[in-house]
Amino acid sequence: MSEKKREEVLKIDHMTMQFGGVVAVDDLNLVVRQGEIVSLIGPNGAGKTTAFNVVTGVYPPTNGAVYFNGREIVENHPRGKMKKLYNGEHAEDYTKTLAPTPDKITKLGIARTFQNIRLFKSQTVFENILIAEHMRRSSNLFTATLHLNAAEEKGMRSEAERLLGILGLEDVRDEMATSLPYGKQRRVEIARALATKPSLLLLDEPAAGMNPQETKELTEFIGQIRDDFQLTIFMIEHHMDLVMEISDRVYVLDFGKLIANGTPEEVQNDPHVISAYLGVQEEG
Amino acid sequence: MSKKTEVIINVALIGALFLVLFLLEQNLPSTHMLFTVLKKGAIYALVAVSMNLLNGFTGLFSLGQAGFMLVGAYTYGVLTIPVADRANVYMYFDGGLIQFALHPIIAIILAGALAALFAYLIGLPVLRLKSDYLAIATLGFAEIIRAIFQWDQLGPITNGSNLLRNYPSYKSVLFYFAASGVCIALIVMLINSTYGRAFKAIRDDEVAAEAMGINLAHHKRIAFVVSSFFAGVSGALLAMYQTSVQAAMFKSAMTYEILLIVVIGGIGSVTGSCISSFLFIILSEWLLRFLDTETYIGDFHVPLLRSGFRKVVFAVIIMIIVLFFRQGIMGTREFSVRSIYNKITGKSRKKEEGGAAS
Repeated sequence: MSEKKREEVLKIDHMTMQFGGVVAVDDLNLVVRQGEIVSLIGPNGAGKTTAFNVVTGVYPPTNGAVYFNGREIVENHPRGKMKKLYNGEHAEDYTKTLAPTPDKITKLGIARTFQNIRLFKSQTVFENILIAEHMRRSSNLFTATLHLNAAEEKGMRSEAERLLGILGLEDVRDEMATSLPYGKQRRVEIARALATKPSLLLLDEPAAGMNPQETKELTEFIGQIRDDFQLTIFMIEHHMDLVMEISDRVYVLDFGKLIANGTPEEVQNDPHVISAYLGVQEEG
Repeated sequence: MSKKTEVIINVALIGALFLVLFLLEQNLPSTHMLFTVLKKGAIYALVAVSMNLLNGFTGLFSLGQAGFMLVGAYTYGVLTIPVADRANVYMYFDGGLIQFALHPIIAIILAGALAALFAYLIGLPVLRLKSDYLAIATLGFAEIIRAIFQWDQLGPITNGSNLLRNYPSYKSVLFYFAASGVCIALIVMLINSTYGRAFKAIRDDEVAAEAMGINLAHHKRIAFVVSSFFAGVSGALLAMYQTSVQAAMFKSAMTYEILLIVVIGGIGSVTGSCISSFLFIILSEWLLRFLDTETYIGDFHVPLLRSGFRKVVFAVIIMIIVLFFRQGIMGTREFSVRSIYNKITGKSRKKEEGGAAS
């Protein structure tokens, strides 16, 4: 398959995440390649969002590593007390930690959206998107306060303006972000993530709470931004229509363990998946 | 209304304000209550805005303002007492350690800088905390600062728990308005810059702000240090206004007064803080003074009026505000020439922007 030759954008290597005695993610290995749309599915509480949070630096994994474009971005191979606490398979491998904060991960080019929309509620759509420009500032506190960075400020605004135009959000530019209908808020959140100029976009249940019509529009939207922005997309989703329609590959988690992966068709027919996720088929 | 006319109107209004103040000063006796109120109002406006930068715009609920004002007030006092007067002021400490005096303006800036330095150091452990815990920790540190400044062993520098006095001070109300105005303008410019947008993002949603590439620790530290800088400056101005300074006056009650001003004005509104600061000072220093004095009308002894009753009235006012007017006077809105113009002409903001684009 030609997919094999594509570059690996995201690689999760033996990721384990324990919260006390609860193993939320158990020895997860997965790969997302350049230009793919990969879905991570699984029943509620399977550890999907936890995996996202580890990738984006919200918390360091109990064990394992994450690579982005071949470069190690998150790693924890525990020692000392943590090693005793972690009783997984790879405890003896290395002892090394690399735990950047989420803003550093974003700067590397991984953007994300949230399961329950997290827009900046007191700000307009435009301002929500404009905030992404802050991390590319070259001005410091003094030049920014004294407005000596007028050119940069203008650039920031026109860039945000341009993105609004591309994504068809000009008509809601000055609306309060949280006053929009649900589907639009999702779009604004995706737009805001795109404003950080990512090469990898993580979408956490983008179609949650949407009706079939909105879901259909969203499906088209995701496909479109993948092409327009040359993105790689890794998403968590529950809507099977959406997953099956646009995913190149699907990973299935259950109780933190990877139980299947492959093309949508392969996964749909996998007996493990059917029993764990789609429900056990009744016989006779 | 174009941006240019807006600027011209604003400049004209500020000019008119200073002219009125100037004329008042020429025509009224300098001991008039009005000047007391205006000076103190300007100082409290600055510290209220600095607190609003932290509480209202960055979402860090900090109660350390009085502590940083104390640092500013002491820095100003210690650095500006004329060398000739030091033996007298530091009579219990052999004239003190410091034997030089700086220009008041330089001392004011240093007052802010030292308060900012304290804030930086306190911020290292404290800014890891959130919401109420941060409030408790900053309140605690403010009290610790006060205790340290009263410590006898530091007497050669701080004069222990004795008064600092005899330092130079500007008497004109114009100076207080100018100094406070410049500082508030700087804070407003900061809020309107890209950093201000980052602060508001942190206030609205920390997790999302971090996902947008905003370094939380760095930005919280900036907000805390800048806010404390201006608290320090206002402390220096307060020292100047009072002509003597003592650590004992910077109790947590002072922080609560400032918090009261911020809440009445509207958390997240700079102009709200300014308006409510003058309102608060006018009421507490002038119009409601009568509440604290026992009064007889003929032979009738008016009940309730006695020392301390003013505080009861303020307690009731704050309860009413918190219960029924949670937004304060201004909410998060700002008072500006443009907003009045739009109100008069009935134009909404959206229409105006649309008109400007086409």
